[in-house]
Amino acid sequence: MSGMVEKRGVGLWLTHAGLILGVLVIFFPIWLAFVASTVTQPEIVRPPMPLLPGDQFFENYREALVSGVNTPVARMLANSAVMALGIAFGKIAISLLSAFAIVYFRFPGRQLFFWLIFLTLMLPVEVRIVPTYEVVARFGMLNSYPGLIFPLIASATATFLFRQFFMTVPDELAEAARVDGARPMRFFWDILLPMSRTNIAALFVILFIYGWNQYLWPLLITTDPSMNTIVMGIKQMFPSGDDVADWPVIMATSLLAMLPPVLVVILMQKLFIRGLVDTEK
Amino acid sequence: MATVTLTNIRKSFGPNEVIHGVDLDVANGEFIVIVGPSGCGKSTLLRMVAGLETVTTGELRIGGERVNEKEPMDRNIAMVFQNYALYPHMSVFDNMAYGLRIAKTPKAEIAERVANAAKLLQLETFLARKPRELSGGQRQRVAMGRAIVREPDVFLFDEPLSNLDAKLRVQMRLEIKALQRKLGVTSLYVTHDQVEAMTLADRMVVMNAGDVEQIGAPLEVYERPASLFAAQFIGSPSMNVLRGTAAGALVTLANGAVIEAAVDAKGPVIVGIRPEHLAPDPQGPIALDTTMSEPLGWNTLVHGTMGGTDSELVASLAGVHRESELQGTMRFSVAASLTHLFDAASGRRLGG
Repeated sequence: MSGMVEKRGVGLWLTHAGLILGVLVIFFPIWLAFVASTVTQPEIVRPPMPLLPGDQFFENYREALVSGVNTPVARMLANSAVMALGIAFGKIAISLLSAFAIVYFRFPGRQLFFWLIFLTLMLPVEVRIVPTYEVVARFGMLNSYPGLIFPLIASATATFLFRQFFMTVPDELAEAARVDGARPMRFFWDILLPMSRTNIAALFVILFIYGWNQYLWPLLITTDPSMNTIVMGIKQMFPSGDDVADWPVIMATSLLAMLPPVLVVILMQKLFIRGLVDTEK
Repeated sequence: MATVTLTNIRKSFGPNEVIHGVDLDVANGEFIVIVGPSGCGKSTLLRMVAGLETVTTGELRIGGERVNEKEPMDRNIAMVFQNYALYPHMSVFDNMAYGLRIAKTPKAEIAERVANAAKLLQLETFLARKPRELSGGQRQRVAMGRAIVREPDVFLFDEPLSNLDAKLRVQMRLEIKALQRKLGVTSLYVTHDQVEAMTLADRMVVMNAGDVEQIGAPLEVYERPASLFAAQFIGSPSMNVLRGTAAGALVTLANGAVIEAAVDAKGPVIVGIRPEHLAPDPQGPIALDTTMSEPLGWNTLVHGTMGGTDSELVASLAGVHRESELQGTMRFSVAASLTHLFDAASGRRLGG
């Protein structure tokens, strides 16, 4: 920090006050959720709502994790993790390979295939959800991990991103590898893949969160509560009719649902920096 | 160590033929420089020898063996690219060792070969570094090291010095020359820089628009250019070309001046005179209306037009001259033996 220009005076204090206020405003709902997850049900429904954590932290979280409302939250977290990781790794593997094919090989219809992939970018999941459901149902993949993962695994966005990245890699590199005797897949593994590390890490974060936050698709194809994912599971916790919602457990579940994406972002951030600085092997 | 033989090599991209039949015999250990302006097909020719481009028709032999259909790795060549093409995520050692690893060379031998190459190129202290931590000249050396460790039959250089600054280029040029002498490996070197061509080549191949204009030793090309193109491409500043009409050994230029040529000819011709062969002579037949001069220190270039015409003329005077001496009309003469005559229509050299 010594290299930075030091600015002093009222302006600095005002700036910081403004920033702190902004953080507080954004953080407040999360704080409320946390408070609600540490008190008892009667305390929540009796106005005014408490603003300081209660003493039910362990009880509420244990109840959420072990029993939940329909399904233990631990089970839903595991389902979500399998789905999000499956989608993230699957998308990365498929899009890396398809971008490799499109950029480095001349085959008939290469441009056509690229544009076909690109076109699917314009079709959101919702548009093709009925035919997709039909296909998945006929394959007998309802209430299964493959059913959760496969329909979401192809990614035009990631293919496009890797295509753009591969196109910035000088042709001479591929030629040098060819002169060195590397076959195409060897070039892919030894040179292209390590060079894409930072892109893969960045994409992993985005895709993990994308997979984690899937709502509509799991809602459609998982009727068995033991296959519920966490994001749709929260919704399933709301009672229908006149039942009383168990707000402390729901809030605890919400906070638990947020945890993995936050962890992924924080951990991968370190990997970004290592990828960018990259001092040792 | 090997010979390289190109027999009527042609290359077409779709309907466009870009190389119109090249014949070339490269002797074992010879340093051949392929030189020409951008777009003349010199890089394409080299890439065909490397196996990175297919040969449309013709035959390519390395060490007597037909290699048209072989993959680059099976041709036992090594190539140095213009932008070095080092693998950015690998250390210098790994960059040099990569080809050997693919060839499943034993570990101990890889280490030994890389160590030898690193010693030869003074890269020993950089082996653990990544390419981005090296200077341009060092990267260039790593690229050469990668070529050397493979102990190839042929080195191929594709404009290897054009990304370096002027001073480094001179130094690396000398290093490449010394290295090639030392290793004695047959080399093909592509460049657009005539100084590199003149200094490095045992023989140079002057190319223009997909055709070979001349193949010869550098001084042979300089002294006896086979075509107007070769004459103007080699030499700096470029050769003066003046239209004229020949009758025997005398050529009448456009402004009526008469100069003596080395060979007999008849009818319209083009006279070529190198700027450095124009000798100041108050009684000389060639008049130069000066427009500007460029003092370079070791010589001075005088630009202008030939008296009474608008054809450009450049003279190169040895040593330092002040601009005040170089005003108005200057007169020059030229020794008959230093003139070149070209056919006005075909641009081919006339006479021996």
